[in-house]
Amino acid sequence: MRTGRRSFLKIGAVGGLGLVLLPAVKGFAGSGEPRDSARAGSTAGRKWAMVVDMQKCWERGKGCRDCILACHRTHNVPEIPDPEEEVKWVWTERFEHAFPEQAHEYLAEHLRDNPFLVLCNHCENPPCVRVCPTKATFKRDDGLVMMDYHRCLGCRYCMAACPYGARSFNFRDPRPYLRELNPAFPTREKGVVEKCNFCAERLEEGLLPACVEGCPAKALVFGDLDDPGSEVRRILAGSYTIVRKPELGTRPKVYYVINPGAGNSGGR
Amino acid sequence: MKIPDIRYIVTGAVVFLVVMTFPFWYNIGKAASAPEVSLDTPRIRQMAEPQCVEPASYMRANHMRLLEEWRERVVRQGERIYVAGDGKEYLMSLQNTCLDCHSNYDEFCARCHDYAGVAPDCWTCHLDFPRESK
Repeated sequence: MRTGRRSFLKIGAVGGLGLVLLPAVKGFAGSGEPRDSARAGSTAGRKWAMVVDMQKCWERGKGCRDCILACHRTHNVPEIPDPEEEVKWVWTERFEHAFPEQAHEYLAEHLRDNPFLVLCNHCENPPCVRVCPTKATFKRDDGLVMMDYHRCLGCRYCMAACPYGARSFNFRDPRPYLRELNPAFPTREKGVVEKCNFCAERLEEGLLPACVEGCPAKALVFGDLDDPGSEVRRILAGSYTIVRKPELGTRPKVYYVINPGAGNSGGR
Repeated sequence: MKIPDIRYIVTGAVVFLVVMTFPFWYNIGKAASAPEVSLDTPRIRQMAEPQCVEPASYMRANHMRLLEEWRERVVRQGERIYVAGDGKEYLMSLQNTCLDCHSNYDEFCARCHDYAGVAPDCWTCHLDFPRESK
């Protein structure tokens, strides 16, 4: 068959039209299929956040480490004495380290001298997720930034990307550094990165995170940002709160209540 | 080609064949017997009718696929409940469901894995030790 110039152009035009229409056809065809978000667990449709009121914590006693111990015991976090190799999910920092851009030399004494509790911020826009080459770190619909330890190959890009230092690398087998083992939670192994998971395993059971439950001063409040009636929303609406390094645009979901003065009892 | 050359070639070929097939005929009739696994653990003893999440034949052939599916669903999708073929619900957890019953690593897991020559590293993270009865 001889193909004339006219028929060649006709065939080409019809083919081109098909390519233009394909995405629209696919969109209609796919609309009836179940989507991943519909299959998520019981915590779907929420946006988890934490509010930390350090004033309540300090009033209770400066040396209280109940939240840290509760977290580390629940998740088999090893106690490695060498600070270069330590593993931490929840720890404390000085104000000028936690909020460097908000510190200055005339800072109120109670802010300057007291420790601030810090943990993974479960950012809305997490840099660690963006840099992970294997998608071992990923963000769930409910805002939790999670680790899949099975996929972590220990490249530590996420540690470099995290502006909060919230990730720890297992330089050695953590098991010899565990005083007591929680048989319900796995340990990690040498060569993987780990961090706070906002107690995803407890949330799915309807429990609060271990640190929140373990705090005797009730300085930690956990809840759903998408629920206007939640405790976290009530505190955020009624108090002055700050987040860590807001200028980076990571949008952390751990908020800190800043009380006006050292003499303030913390009551609202 | 001269005759002596053929003689050398045939001799060499025979020696080669004998050496190559030596492992096969040397081991005839000495096949390693299939490993015996023990189901005698405190938790299984408590069960009126010992039963795994799926039939034993399925588990024998597919436990690794099942575990991979569980891992994917728990870690990445936040699902924790597995509905078995018979409609029963189980917590998807290697450590808290599988190893709770099969708390005898040496007599259960290791027997088959040693036999098959596979060395999965599940236990570097997932703890395997007998737990007290709840």
